[in-house]
Amino acid sequence: MIDRYVRQYEALAANGGGRAPDWLKSLRRAAIDGFRETGFPSGRDEEWRFTSVAPIVRTDFGPAAGGGAVVAADLQPFLFGHDEWPRMVFVDGRYRADLSSPAAAAGLQVSTLAEALAADPKGLETEFGRHVVPDATPFTALNTALAPDGVVIRAARGTVFAQPIHLLFVASREAEGAAFHPRVLVLVEREARIQLVESYVSLGDRARYLTNTVCEIAMGEGSWVEHSRIQRESEGGYHIGFTQVSQARDSHYRSFSLAMGGAIVRHNLHTRLNAPNTEALLYGLYLGRGDQLIDNHTTIFHDQPNCRSWEVYKGILDDRSHGVFNGKIFVKPEAQKTDAKQTNRALLLSDAAKIDTKPQLEIFADDVKCTHGATVGNLDLLSGFYLRSRGIPDAVARRVLTYAFAAEVLDEISAVPVRSALDRLVRDRLGVGS
Amino acid sequence: MAPLLEIKDLHASVGDKEILKGINLTVNAGEVHAIMGPNGSGKSTLAQVIAGHPAYTVTGGEIRYLDQDLTDMDPEERAQAGVFLAFQYPVEIPGVTNAYFLRSAYNEIRKARGLEEVDPIDFVDLLEEKLKVVEWGPDIMQRAVNSGFSGGEKKRNEILQMAVLEPKLALLDETDSGLDIDALRIVANGVNALKRPDNAYVVVTHYQRLLNHIVPDFVHVLADGQIVKSGGKELALELESKGYEWLTGVAEATAS
Repeated sequence: MIDRYVRQYEALAANGGGRAPDWLKSLRRAAIDGFRETGFPSGRDEEWRFTSVAPIVRTDFGPAAGGGAVVAADLQPFLFGHDEWPRMVFVDGRYRADLSSPAAAAGLQVSTLAEALAADPKGLETEFGRHVVPDATPFTALNTALAPDGVVIRAARGTVFAQPIHLLFVASREAEGAAFHPRVLVLVEREARIQLVESYVSLGDRARYLTNTVCEIAMGEGSWVEHSRIQRESEGGYHIGFTQVSQARDSHYRSFSLAMGGAIVRHNLHTRLNAPNTEALLYGLYLGRGDQLIDNHTTIFHDQPNCRSWEVYKGILDDRSHGVFNGKIFVKPEAQKTDAKQTNRALLLSDAAKIDTKPQLEIFADDVKCTHGATVGNLDLLSGFYLRSRGIPDAVARRVLTYAFAAEVLDEISAVPVRSALDRLVRDRLGVGS
Repeated sequence: MAPLLEIKDLHASVGDKEILKGINLTVNAGEVHAIMGPNGSGKSTLAQVIAGHPAYTVTGGEIRYLDQDLTDMDPEERAQAGVFLAFQYPVEIPGVTNAYFLRSAYNEIRKARGLEEVDPIDFVDLLEEKLKVVEWGPDIMQRAVNSGFSGGEKKRNEILQMAVLEPKLALLDETDSGLDIDALRIVANGVNALKRPDNAYVVVTHYQRLLNHIVPDFVHVLADGQIVKSGGKELALELESKGYEWLTGVAEATAS
């Protein structure tokens, strides 16, 4: 099984990958060597205890076929009614210039990885694959070795770009049986401010494919990023993602992660508070139904003093779906005056739905405020009665209360157009009008 | 004409504990009934049982409303038939706007009656009148239902809902508790403005002060799950000066 991916790597190295600069070639080589050694994770690995990737390992995923038939009209449902947002569109792992409209503004550079490397072969050497640990997970290593292309965003010092930049990764109707390894690198220099919307969508309902994605975000001093990540893969598909953020002094990172697609889903979101006075706000919402398995792993590294992190993840699990939440907070001895709060709440809508939740706080400084809380519950009978006593049928009341549970995190998205777009998406999924 | 509400020998329990022990009460259209009594007498339970609170089981007797047996109906069916309960503790629903909530309720009731649903724009027009009843501007409609509302705002919101849904039988469960004098006036004025010959109010209260504003036609005193005395509005004044002991035989702790 491992050999298959090694052969893909060798094929890449032999042709398209051959144009990569030497530093990237050696990064890929190290990554595939690492992967060859570890192989895929198993249930014996503590980090993957609740999330079996056996179906992914067993499947003979090939390289992407093409997805050339996708046209602009196919994308309409995924643009949130905001055709004007600059966007980079990838179909089945390949960049589609004809469907994209990259942002054009002074100080803002949005390009494909291939373009960025061609323009300046050494320009990304100190950034690409330097924030994420290349072998953070075997999947990260695989992405590093196999990513044929991706997105590079660079916001120069002081650049403020008001519109969300939409990165849209589309699995076409021909995606069945293919694996994609998209890669994103975002460099936000000192005092620059951007909004990022990263979407994973599918044109096929039940198509089985693998998206294995890695996103690195490097934030300069005093920079500001609002990052909304929307995962709505096919409910037969697999999605493994790793997001790594590095934060310099006075930077503010705000994340909203919405996971509602995929058969087996794992997203790691790690942020490292590298300097004093940085702030990270992580909000998450995951919606499971059918037999979906949705796993969120977050890690916040409090490396320096006077930093604040605030995390709220909420899950709504129906049918036989299974949620996993693991929230790590590491506070180094020098990270005094750390203020960290983590909350995970899950709402189980059926008897067969389940959640495994594990907060993990490791605190080595003594003057800190760190709290965590996890709750698992069902819909509240009293609230239900309140709605029903107004004439609202039980089934509708349940949907409204379910939406209300989700709305508390949706409300935390600060960019209004993004918030209303995602609000609509969640309402549609839960069957609640506006 | 049949009475609006006719309760006969009603018994209700929570788990194994019997709370209502044989209630008899008849309410006709156009009447205001006050249900008074000490804490724990079962007066709030009575209101909630009529509205269909799922925590209570009716173990005996019947509740007839416009010649239907309410006890077999779901809470939403009772509401659709014109029963309304103003909650003592209205529930907060974060993320759901007052506008959406009220319009959904209004339309569900219309649907159940075979009427066409009202679209959001027409509903705004309808609301304009109703908001005046509780002296509110339109901003309140964009706030999440009761979320972060003060005690007084929550009670006003109950009256607003009542104004929109136009029930035939309105049950006010301790609507006066936790109200300052201004909110009490607004709530009472709202109720009085909504009084019609074809609807009726059952006002559950511990104190007489609400009844200075909403004048009852009948006052009933509940003690240990039974109505122990009924009378006119003067009974409320008598209770105010004498307390409940002379009727219940039990000295009551000072209410907080």
